[in-house]
Amino acid sequence: MAAPYDLNDDSVVVIIGSGAGGGTLGNELAQKGIDTVILEAGGRHEAEDFLNDEWASFGQLAWLDKRTTSGDWRVATDFSGLPAWIVKAVGGSTTHWAGASLRFQEHEWKAKTNYGEVEGANLLDWPIDAEEMAPYYAKAEDKMGVTNTNGIPPLPGNNNYKVFEAGAKKLGYEKVHTGNMAINSQDRDGRTHCQQSGFCFQGCKFSAKWSTLYTEIPKGEETGKLEVRPKAHVLQIQHGDDGKVTGVLYADADGNQHVQKARVVAVAGNSIESPRLLLNSASSMFSDGLANSSGMVGKNYMRHMTASVYASFDKPVNFYRGTTMAGIVQDEARHDPSRGFVGGYELETLALGLPFMAAFLNPGGWGREFAAAMDNYDHMAGMWIVGEDMPQETNAITLSDEKDQYGLPAPNVHFSDHANDIAMRAHAWQQGTAMYDAVGATQVYPTPPYPSTHNLGTNRMSADAKDGVVNKWGQTHDIANLFVSDGSQFTTGAAENPTLTIVSLAIRQADYIAEQMGQKAI
Amino acid sequence: MMTNETAGGVNRRDFLAGSGKTAIGAAMVLGSGTLLMPNQGWGMELKALKPETMATMIQMARDIYPHDRVPDKFYAKALRAHDDASVDDDAKKALLEDGVGDLNGRAGKKLLGEATEKGGYLDLGWEADRVAVLHDIEDSDFFQTMRGSLVVGLYNQKALWPLFGYEGASAHKGGYIERGFDDIEWV
Repeated sequence: MAAPYDLNDDSVVVIIGSGAGGGTLGNELAQKGIDTVILEAGGRHEAEDFLNDEWASFGQLAWLDKRTTSGDWRVATDFSGLPAWIVKAVGGSTTHWAGASLRFQEHEWKAKTNYGEVEGANLLDWPIDAEEMAPYYAKAEDKMGVTNTNGIPPLPGNNNYKVFEAGAKKLGYEKVHTGNMAINSQDRDGRTHCQQSGFCFQGCKFSAKWSTLYTEIPKGEETGKLEVRPKAHVLQIQHGDDGKVTGVLYADADGNQHVQKARVVAVAGNSIESPRLLLNSASSMFSDGLANSSGMVGKNYMRHMTASVYASFDKPVNFYRGTTMAGIVQDEARHDPSRGFVGGYELETLALGLPFMAAFLNPGGWGREFAAAMDNYDHMAGMWIVGEDMPQETNAITLSDEKDQYGLPAPNVHFSDHANDIAMRAHAWQQGTAMYDAVGATQVYPTPPYPSTHNLGTNRMSADAKDGVVNKWGQTHDIANLFVSDGSQFTTGAAENPTLTIVSLAIRQADYIAEQMGQKAI
Repeated sequence: MMTNETAGGVNRRDFLAGSGKTAIGAAMVLGSGTLLMPNQGWGMELKALKPETMATMIQMARDIYPHDRVPDKFYAKALRAHDDASVDDDAKKALLEDGVGDLNGRAGKKLLGEATEKGGYLDLGWEADRVAVLHDIEDSDFFQTMRGSLVVGLYNQKALWPLFGYEGASAHKGGYIERGFDDIEWV
């Protein structure tokens, strides 16, 4: 079982974070026999501990440490202390995610080439492409049990999907199905199939949805080569005179501080915490923060162009029953500038429970129009919109003047929509509305973005060290034994939910780290 | 505290006949710390706020999130935390008492056309008139404190969910796989 490693053991790979990137990397390294320690800021809540109760679950899982916001996005007004809805727990946001597992489209790997110059956007091509990623996507889909791949049947459509599909087909959409979901449609990998409980966002109590919590992490622990240390909140990455990282300083559950030595450090704390940690690790040698010679640490923050459309009908839908997000229209995901924007978007079914519907339908809204929408709750259908947003250098994670519980600068999350994001959202609201109108909606509610769930791009991958923070392996350009293993590597965001790509990159990165360690290059 | 014991046998006129009992709308104030809703079968003992203040807050809560099939007791329950917090938090108590005082003043002006001690928020009979007053104070700390607490405090009451057709937790019932996750036929 889990191997405990000594704080002074400087032969270990230390991974910061246990979500899609960190949890996967940890297991992949352990399977190769590499001694690995995952430091996870949050606690360990097993599947049976999850709560079918939106606010209670939020209190159990959400990352609620101090954060500040700025920019013209509405989240900064409506949820000023909560820029992102992500998780602080073993398993990271794979406990909370909906399960949508889509490959990037080929053109999305080369956004700058394919979209051309977009004013105000800091576009860049990824240093990797669809062909290079294909075998890793295949491994990730098999690992995660993604429906409609590897002969895995699709999930059945729930009530929300029935409305969504009928509207999509009336509009003439053709790529309409219940999704490529990392949710078991049949028993697989020792886990049961989806029981349609309707609480995907609160952690799947049946473990039917893939999460590193009950897949990668226990598998890694079984090798005896992986230790997962919960409630170990990393405060600083340390380095030696040679500029190589040597270990990390962390606070345990009681606030006591320790240094865990390391041969390699991989940062996988999500696109807000990962750059913040690099910035908070500034030293006399690296005065702008670790791995920041490009000045790009924290920059180019992306969160996907998002929005929702909810609609009321004259007959009941009971859309909260069943899988939260098993339904997709992919026809608008293409790159087609004739629509007035570059890149594309996906339409995906989405349901919220009553408490979260009240919080997110129209934040700050009140009065009879708002209440009438809530009165229609059980007659409602809903969809989420997720599209490619433009990287902008001014959208950034920076160190706030405010401090967290350890006295360290909290992250400030600055975001303003690009004109392309706004044009795409307007188009998507129009199409989503048309879908529901086509099946007899009596009211439609174009709903603004929620606190970010897809946080991307703040340590981006670049061919040239001056354009980004990490190379094509997620290895920082500046420090050979420092890696980034989460969505902050993303050069551009593409239109797809990011988890499958994060997992695929982690599998690929594990091969590279093992090879580099074998060659004593790191 | 809310209780259901005050309903049976309570005669509104009997309450009013004694001293220290006054009627405000459908509510009655008993002594200095109890709000009674005799026709609805519940009452509320206040620890810090004036019962008259709470009565106005309940109406304000309903005007913020007007659900005509949701009884007052749910709004009252959502607001109880404000009374609890006001016991040791003078600033909070002042925010609420002053906020309601300001609201009554504005409503009185709307009703009587001039600055007056008479009239109040509860005397404005139409929701639209009350909402017009609320729009005037929409950006105030008082209003935002009320709205912000209600959006969780009201809609997160499990007892209220059936009124909206939300079934809540499902895992202990085996999810909906055998209980209608795909049961609609009208599409």
